Amino acid sequence: MGSLFSQIVTVTAMNIRSLPRRLWMSLAMVLASAVVVAVLLAFLAMAKGFEATMEGAGSDRVAILMREGAAAELNSVLTREQVNLVAESAGIARDAQGPLISPELYVIVDGIKKASGTEANIPLRGLNAKGMAMRENMHLLEGRMFTPGTNEMIVGAGVLREFDGFEIGKEVRFGKNVWTVVGIFSTGGNVFESELWADAAMVQAHYNRGSSYQTIRVQLQTPGDLAPLRETIEREPRLNLDIQTERDYFANQGEQLRYMAIFGRVISFVMALGALAGALNTMYTSVADRAKEIATLRALGFGNFSAFCGTVAEALVLAAAGGLLGSLAAFLFFDGLSTSTLGGSFTQVVFSFEVSPDLFMQGAALALFIGFVSGFFPAWRAARVPVVVAFRNGA
Amino acid sequence: MPQDVLFQLKGVSKCFVKGKEKITIFEDLDLTINRGDFIAIMGPSGSGKTTLLNMLGGVDQPSAGEIWFDGARVDNLSEGALTRWRARNIGFIFQFYNLMPMLNAARNVELPLLLTKLSRAQRKKHVETALALVGLSDRAKHMPGEMSGGQQQRVAIARAIVSDPQLLLCDEPTGDLDRTTADEVLEMLQLLNREHGKTIVMVTHDPAAAKYAKQTLHLDKGKFVQRELVA
Repeated sequence: MGSLFSQIVTVTAMNIRSLPRRLWMSLAMVLASAVVVAVLLAFLAMAKGFEATMEGAGSDRVAILMREGAAAELNSVLTREQVNLVAESAGIARDAQGPLISPELYVIVDGIKKASGTEANIPLRGLNAKGMAMRENMHLLEGRMFTPGTNEMIVGAGVLREFDGFEIGKEVRFGKNVWTVVGIFSTGGNVFESELWADAAMVQAHYNRGSSYQTIRVQLQTPGDLAPLRETIEREPRLNLDIQTERDYFANQGEQLRYMAIFGRVISFVMALGALAGALNTMYTSVADRAKEIATLRALGFGNFSAFCGTVAEALVLAAAGGLLGSLAAFLFFDGLSTSTLGGSFTQVVFSFEVSPDLFMQGAALALFIGFVSGFFPAWRAARVPVVVAFRNGA
Repeated sequence: MPQDVLFQLKGVSKCFVKGKEKITIFEDLDLTINRGDFIAIMGPSGSGKTTLLNMLGGVDQPSAGEIWFDGARVDNLSEGALTRWRARNIGFIFQFYNLMPMLNAARNVELPLLLTKLSRAQRKKHVETALALVGLSDRAKHMPGEMSGGQQQRVAIARAIVSDPQLLLCDEPTGDLDRTTADEVLEMLQLLNREHGKTIVMVTHDPAAAKYAKQTLHLDKGKFVQRELVA
């Protein structure tokens, strides 16, 4: 066994040390593997970043109520009467001022994207102080809170990063109304940072919403326990509402962009097939280049298995080097890259690419897959070709 | 099989099928090699010299007949068993040395020892002895590309003898060397035969090289046509 191990180590070391003889072919394999891994990681990092942004916004402590059948906040309409009925329900946490409930409006306004100079939708949310308190990690980065009853607004850090004209002190015109930016807020990088926040009453007034709202957020007495609220909704015919925890709501919103990950995997798989073809060519060339050495070793008494392992190891080393290069490139170019895309309510969601360790593992697995498959068949040939034929080929 | 017989070919044939044509290399060939023999095999190109050498070394198989080594039949061994047999009993010396270009002289010589259970220290000692025997102790760390053809062939001889095989098979060992260097290499083979008891079979085109052997067999069209004892 020790002898077999020595054989494999020796053959592998010789193969690796002979790589400079096949420098360009070997580099081509490294690069092909690197590109495939980088593309995979870019897609996965995008999907992961988006998912994290959406899921980070959801809390089990908060329930969101919308009109029955409304898939997103934008489609929902609720009356003041419904808000009052929900406020009386059991299961809602209370403080000294009463139930922790936030009736909110959600309208779309235009912004100019810094990256492209084109217009894109931004959500303007009307809410009250209790609503802001329900957002975990919400804090002001700069400036101050808007004053209720005025045309002041605070701007999410993501909006400030991706859109022009939302710096503190700037006046922003939406239609006939001019709003003043008085603060920049963060909610820890989640989807709320892609929003503008203003006083709910002012949003109602400027957008002719009367006394209507679009969603109600309530803080639950027991996190995740929707049963008392459901009971109220079922008992009260005027409450034709859907209820879910905020976590479930955003998870569903994020679901639609899972296609990014699927698309990324499909693209990477197709590219991996192309890379495999190139890698196979490299490895067959390698075996042909080493034919005389392989034949000599086998004549000396080295086994087929060591020739097989040596070739597979060479392919794995090249593909792994490519994988490492691709991962490094993905990390340098994409990790933390901020961008925005259309979210569930036809508004822009600002998010950052996340190249995390688990993605590196997926990239490494793909590189090793390319290495193993591209090494296997040439290795099989190296191991099975008769010694006299190998001598003839290597002459 | 008498005690002094090392190798025996009994009615060995070798043929290839190329397209619809059957090409016969040997037919019904008999050969006996005794321990301590130094045999030169000569013959024109295509006479089957190298094929014969490959069969003796177990890297090629006969189409018919039997090959016996040290009292045991070896032509019917599995590929794995034949590989192990080769590692234990045969040392190869090639025309173009066939050294591993990325390994230094000592590492090249060590290769056959990696197939044994010797420790690293034991292997090192064997390598030093083999390199000393071929006069290359001072070249142990040199890469093949840094040595002359003669030196490379001496490294190849050291590699062939390092695991103390009974039989050395040499395929045109001086075919790539000038006369003076060729003579040095042949003298070394003669020394290994006379003083270390190695049995040697050498394929060569060169009558001057054949004179170093104890006997010369002339092969033509798959038959031994002449046996010549060297004085």
